[in-house]
Parts: sequence; C-alpha cells; structure tokens
Amino acid sequence: MLIKTIFSGFGGQGVLSTGQILAQAAMLQGRFVTYLPSYGAEVRGGTANCTVTISDEEIASPIASEPEFVVALNQPSFSRFQNLLHSGGFLLYNSSLVEPAFVRGDIETRGVPITELAQKIGNVKVANMIMLGAFIAVSNLLAFDRMLKHLPDILGAGKAKLLKANQEAFERGYHFIEEHAHGD
Amino acid sequence: MTKKLMYGTHAIGEAAIQAGCTCYFGYPITPQNELPEYMSQRLPEVPGGVFIQAESELAAINMVLGASVAGARAMTSSSSPGISLKQEGISFLAGSELPAVIVNIMRGGPGLGNIAPAQSDYFQATRGGGHGDYRLVVFAPASVQEMADLTFHAFDVADEYRTPVMILGDGMLGQMMEPVVMPKPRKGKKAAEKDYILTGAKGRPARLVKSLILDTKDMEEHNWKLVRKFKRIEERETRWEGYMLDDAEMVVIAYGTAARIARGAINRLRREDSNLRVGMIRPITVSPFPVKAIRDAAQTIKDFFVFEMSTGQMVDDVRLALEGQGTIHFYGRPGGVVPSARELGRSIARRYYQAIRKRKQ
Amino acid sequence: MKKVYQRPRSLRDVPMHYCPGCGHSIIHRLIAELLDEMGLRDSAICVPPAGCAVLAYYYLDIDMVEAPHGRATAVATGIKRVRPDNLVFSYQGDGDLAAIGTAEALHTANRGENITVIFVNNAVYGMTGGQMAPTTLAGMKTTTTPAGRKPKSEGPPIRVCELLSGLANTVYLERTAVNSPANVIKTKKAIRKAFSVQQKKAGFSLVEILSPCPTNWRMDTVASCTWIDEVMAREFPLGVIKEVPC
Repeated sequence: MLIKTIFSGFGGQGVLSTGQILAQAAMLQGRFVTYLPSYGAEVRGGTANCTVTISDEEIASPIASEPEFVVALNQPSFSRFQNLLHSGGFLLYNSSLVEPAFVRGDIETRGVPITELAQKIGNVKVANMIMLGAFIAVSNLLAFDRMLKHLPDILGAGKAKLLKANQEAFERGYHFIEEHAHGD
Repeated sequence: MTKKLMYGTHAIGEAAIQAGCTCYFGYPITPQNELPEYMSQRLPEVPGGVFIQAESELAAINMVLGASVAGARAMTSSSSPGISLKQEGISFLAGSELPAVIVNIMRGGPGLGNIAPAQSDYFQATRGGGHGDYRLVVFAPASVQEMADLTFHAFDVADEYRTPVMILGDGMLGQMMEPVVMPKPRKGKKAAEKDYILTGAKGRPARLVKSLILDTKDMEEHNWKLVRKFKRIEERETRWEGYMLDDAEMVVIAYGTAARIARGAINRLRREDSNLRVGMIRPITVSPFPVKAIRDAAQTIKDFFVFEMSTGQMVDDVRLALEGQGTIHFYGRPGGVVPSARELGRSIARRYYQAIRKRKQ
Repeated sequence: MKKVYQRPRSLRDVPMHYCPGCGHSIIHRLIAELLDEMGLRDSAICVPPAGCAVLAYYYLDIDMVEAPHGRATAVATGIKRVRPDNLVFSYQGDGDLAAIGTAEALHTANRGENITVIFVNNAVYGMTGGQMAPTTLAGMKTTTTPAGRKPKSEGPPIRVCELLSGLANTVYLERTAVNSPANVIKTKKAIRKAFSVQQKKAGFSLVEILSPCPTNWRMDTVASCTWIDEVMAREFPLGVIKEVPC
C-alpha cells in the first residue's frame, strides 16, 4: 500500500508542520515515509503545500502527481489541488474558510469547521491539529492511539506548553469525523 | 540506532559534522538554502567550528581552499548556477591536490533555469567542470539516508586521495524528508596525518601548496600523477548497486532521484505487467563510472535502458562502457520534470516489448 | 670588519627574477626582515597572487599557498579562521585586489578578518604586459589604453585605502612607497605596524605600496622613482589613511 497526501493552505496555517507531524508519526509506526514541501518562489506570496507519502515498501517518488488524499485549508488550495486528486480520491477541507462551490463528481469530500472547533478549545493556533485528527479518522492511514501517544515526542520540548491543546485538538478532530459519520 | 526524520540538506550537514567537518562556507541559492542555514546553527556548537556566509560562490570555494590547506575538513554547497561559479576553485583544489567536499543540489538549466529537481550537471560534475586535465570524484545519493552516508564517506575519500569530492544531489533529494540513521565517527579512528598543510614553518622546511608548474615536463608528470591517482580511486572506490539483475532481460541504468523512480517502475512492471524481467544498475559513484559492472552485465543482457532527468548525459558514459555491445534505449525528462514511476514504467515496457519482438525476428 | 647587514633568514638565497628597478624585491626583503625581527617566521602563512609576484614563494622562506587570481583574501580568510594564532597575510597587486578580487577584498575587510594585506600598486598589470589596471592614472598610456586612460569611459583610478576606510571593521590602512630610502624605511614601519595590529588580533590591516614598474612604464629606474613622487603620489596621497587605536 502506498498513499500520497497533499496538505495545502495559506502560509501560517500550519500546513507544513501538519505534514511533518504526520510524517514523523508514520516513521514512529514503522512505515516508509517521505515528506516533500513546496519551496522557493512557489511559497512566496503566502501559499504553502507539502506532500506526505506513506507506504509499506520503499518509496520511489515523493512527488504526488495524483494523490489519494488532499487536505485543503483555504479556497485556492481547494480548487487547485482538487484537480490533481486521483479518481475516487478524498478531499478533506476546512469548512470554516472554504465554500465548496465546485466539486468533481468522481471524488469524496468532507468539510471540518476547524476554526470554530479550535475556538471551543480556546486556541485557534491548534486548528491544524484538528484537521490532522480528522484526516486520520478519514484515511485510517495510521493507528490513532499510537499517534496520540507519540505526540509528545513528535512535538518536542519546544511545543511542551501547547502539548495539551494540541492533543485535545487532535482528538477533537478525530472524533468529529466519528461523530458526524454521514457528513454535516 | 535511532531514526530521525530529516531533510536531505540537513542530513548532509549533520553527516559532515559527524565526519569532522569544522568549516562551511556558502552563498544562498535555492534549492539548498537549508544546508547553510543548518550549518550556521550547528557549527558554532562544534569546537573550532567556522561558518561564513561568503560574498560570492567564488569567495566560498576559495575559503574552502584556505581552510583545507590549513588542515581542516571543509565543505561548501550550492546549486547548479552557483556550482558553475565554483569551478575555478575546484580546478585549483584539484591542481593543488587539496581535499574538499562540494555539494551540488542540482536544478533545471542552462542559465538561471528553474529551481525544480534536475540532473542537468552530470557533464559538468564528471568531466572536470573547471579548466585543466583532472577528474572529480562524484557520489550520487538516491535517498536522504545516502545523502548522510555518502557525505560522511566523502570526507575520508577526499583526505585519503587529497582530492575534491562532489556530492551530486538534486532539488528533490535536498528538499525532502526521510527517516535517517546518522553515521557516527568510529572510536579510535585517527585522522590521516597531513604532511602538506600550512601551520607555519616552525622546525621544518617551509611548505608550498600550488598548482602553478611552469616547467612543461614537470607539469606533464603532475598530470600523469593525477591520472594514476584517479585510476587508484577507480579501482578502490567505484560503487554501484545492482537490483533484480539475476533474470533480467533489460537493465535500467539510472542514478540519484531517477534511480528511485526507476526502482518504483521496475517493481510495478514485475508485479503488474506480466512480470517484465527488468533489472537495474545504479551508479553510486558517477565518477569514477562503474564501467566494469555494465560490461559484465552486457555478457548476458543485450538491452540497456538509460533514464536521466536531462536530455542525455550519463548515456554517453554507458555508451563508452558498452563499446558497441548491446542496444541502448534512452528516456530523458529535463527541465525539472520528475516523472512518476508509472510514466517511466510505460516507456520501459514499450522498449522491452519492442526489443523482445526484434530478437524473435 | 663588522657585519652591518645580512640576508634575512626568511629570504631564500636565490637570485630574483624581477626586472631592474622593480619594487617587488624591496618589498619582499622588507617582509623577510620584519618576519625575522618580529619573530614571526615560524608562524607566517602567505598567500601570494597571480601576477609578477606569483613566484614570491621562491623567495620568501615561509609557508605559502597560491590562490586563484583575485581570491587571496578569501583563501587567507579560510586559513586564518582555522589557525587564528598564525600570522596570515596576502600579497596582492592592483589588478588582483582592485579589479578581479574587489569583492573578496572589500568583504574580507568588512568582516574585519584579522589578516594583513600587502597591496602593491604599480598602476599596471605587470606580468601580462602592462595593460590598464584599476589604479592606472588618468591619461596614462598602457598597452590597452594606447591613447591614455579616459576617466569618462574607463573610470578614474581607484583609491583602495580610501575605499576601504569607510568600512567599520578596517583597523589600519596606510599608503607608502618604495621609491626612496626614506620611503622604504616608512614602508617597513607601516608593515611592522600592520603585522602588530594582527598580532593584537585587532582586525583587518592593509598597506598599499606605490611601487615602480620601469619596464611597463617605459621609463628608466631613476625616472620611475621620480614619477612616483611627482605624479603617482598626487593621485594616491601617502600616509596613514585610517588608524583605529588598538
């Protein structure tokens, strides 16, 4: 099994760090993994994206020309990366910011109001972790419990202060999908 | 043996430090900026560590020359256009027989080109690049782990043979993250005694390190000496990896990122596409080139499929290695395009079936 | 008879290849004397240039490494950062330092590298046959300015000491000449000062030396020395250009 996911959004929404956290978690669960951020001129002007590939065997290319999953945190990413998705792929989006006006018929979509959910936790900075939790629930790529257990290691000493909020956000996102199994 | 998720550029930097590199000099250029940034943070923590953001690529490579002649393990890095500027210094390092490690995180070219991953500088890297009659030792990693391992090894090779060594990566290998086990210095292994470095002529005759040799006979001998040295390197340091060669009807030859994609394509073809018998020879040193490995393969295999992220540069070395034996098929994707394993697989399969048909006729 | 002078230990006992009346041999000797007198020979590392003085390593009996044309200060930077306790100096001509190596010289000075530059200004490219240098005087005929240098299109001569004096990290900049016994003595004093600045780890020092090149100036040796006083020193005033107390 080899699954590619593109995380995309505005710079500052934590798109790259979200991808990195997923990549670290995959490594800690013994999977083959690559993480490839957009770089150079592409990231100037405020957009960011990265590709995480998780596999049971060696990964040939870390580039996703046809990803299985796209996570879009803003409107431009929703439009742009929707087009790349593999037929039958899944588009997870931030419904706090994205108006899903045009959607391909051959893909599945799911919105998560991450800003509102983060506000309930009391910290909008952890909105990206809500999305990551939701992504794990949608994709079943990694074991949720193990990932939750590894979060302190992954986030490291620098994020110790925010660890609780991040853990809570991750759980909130995961359970949001569980609880709203059939969409909003 | 702890695995750490690392960027390719950071893996190079950390492996260099583990190998005893204390000096880094560089100049910003995409897609390798994360390497000087890493070194600027890490080297101040190392005893005797020196980091300078130089005013130019020219200055950077010449600072490397100075640090090297003073006895330190020194490194610089850049990407294609910047490596062109460094060629003067690389030629002087080769002529003066000074060790150094130079990292090229290749991008699309010529000119300013773009910042996407490419294999556009194979000729420049393997054919000397700078002026004069010399060869460079060039390692071509294909994963972040190899970025670390080969950088670590490159410092030993540079010191042992008193030669500049290049790590030839590309934007993808530099920018991506993969799990890495960092090589560690072996305990008790002493650095080679350097009897040529400049320390001040206290209690010994003054030393002179130079590449100017005005007497033509002496210069000729110096040139032959460099050839003999490279021959020794060829015999002892040539590296390559064989993949699924045992039953192969066709061999893909690719290095670096291209080899990763080729491996994916081969796995796909062997699994899905009615078990196409395709294998791979992956040069790990592109200079010296694994000529013998290819010649040996040509005893039983007749079709060689060269894949490069360029318009065809290494394919010349394959042609030279084969000396007219077998058939060479070429698939090139220049300009910063990284094709998928599926795309490459289609091209390989087409040539494979053509070759089989031709053989049956 | 009492011995009043002998060849310095730091100078090899070989005939020099320089033209009659050339200033390089005098400057080499001054450096060698100072290395002896200051006890610096054992720690000295010199980076000679491309140009006539490329062969300085045949004359100075100290550790030397050759740099590509213009890159001497970058090479010296690398050496000095690895060996901060050695005396590291570059020996450069005007084309080397003020044309092809301007960026390196400027930035080495700006970083305040604790090295010394011996900058020999003879207003022409000597080794290659007397072409225009960045320091060639206005109106001066060279093999590439047969009608004389035109400041409007070819630029006026560059005053290196003045240029570098605006940089915060330059510590000692002096311009001297080797066209008379008095000036030779002043030059030796200036180099001594520059080396001692480096010994004190105070920062970047440079001594610019106006030096005769009778061959390329198409003058006899005496006229060359007079020309330095009467013409060259007017464009390039002698004296301490900058000195930061240390």
